Amino acid sequence: MINELLFMNGYAVYVLSAFGFTLLSFLSLYLVTKVQFIKEQNKFVAKFGSLNTEQANSAKSQRINKEILAEATNN
Amino acid sequence: MFKLLEPNKIFQITSKAPKYVLFLFVIVLSVGLVEALILSPEDYKQSDAVRIMYVHVPAAWISLGIFSSITVLSISGFIFKNKNFFLISKSLAPSGFVFNIIALVTGSIWGKPTWGTWWAWDARITSMLILALFYALYLITWRIYENEEKVFKISTFITILGIINVPIIKYSVDWWNTLHQPASINILSKSSIHSSMLYPLLIMTAAFALFSLLIFLMKYNTELIKIKNKGLDRL
Repeated sequence: MINELLFMNGYAVYVLSAFGFTLLSFLSLYLVTKVQFIKEQNKFVAKFGSLNTEQANSAKSQRINKEILAEATNN
Repeated sequence: MFKLLEPNKIFQITSKAPKYVLFLFVIVLSVGLVEALILSPEDYKQSDAVRIMYVHVPAAWISLGIFSSITVLSISGFIFKNKNFFLISKSLAPSGFVFNIIALVTGSIWGKPTWGTWWAWDARITSMLILALFYALYLITWRIYENEEKVFKISTFITILGIINVPIIKYSVDWWNTLHQPASINILSKSSIHSSMLYPLLIMTAAFALFSLLIFLMKYNTELIKIKNKGLDRL
């Protein structure tokens, strides 16, 4: 069966390169998107850390800000 | 109704969803790959080369679907004056563009053993290439313009121009003599594809759709955090 999969009646080079290209594109897009997400998350945490108490309390009044911080600490 | 879609309210869901979508995607993709590469039969004419269909066709379908969605969302953004629609469009575009490239490259790889050439300037292939150019223009617009209103206008204009190309892609194989084969799957009439090939194709389409959902969620969350970063600057 492995021979059949590797040979595919002579078409394996085409079939496996098409699947390989697809999976490589998926992996690249996933990694690029993940890196961008982590970068923005870290930027948010750093900016939040530089706020004074009054500013931090004001920012924390928005639920989304609290959730971003919670997500960042979970990761 | 649109208040339910407000970023502040849905972040709780969109921030947790990616890990579940990733898990589901890995399972569906694994099943799809086994079906596509091992269990599905070879074609009586194309032999095993037909297996390229399981990545080529879903990629083409999803890239067309995403571009159509981007157009509808961009126009709706203008009509309902809702920025969130533009944010959703912007987050959908990268996966749509990548699927478009996958459709072109895997189509080219499939062309060599079946038509004897990597590329032909026929109507279907050329119109898919034009769609990739519209995707690229759309993504570049978001990168080069700072002014929000300007980006909304230009990106919507690009999608309106680009959507004209979508029916051309769909019907190119019927309107012109092309190397590309006509559609084997029809929603309104009987499909000419056998169920032993149709099911793996549908499973792979589900896997690709899950992947685009995953990328959309990650990108959308990134965009929301970007906005919140700007909000912190203003404090």
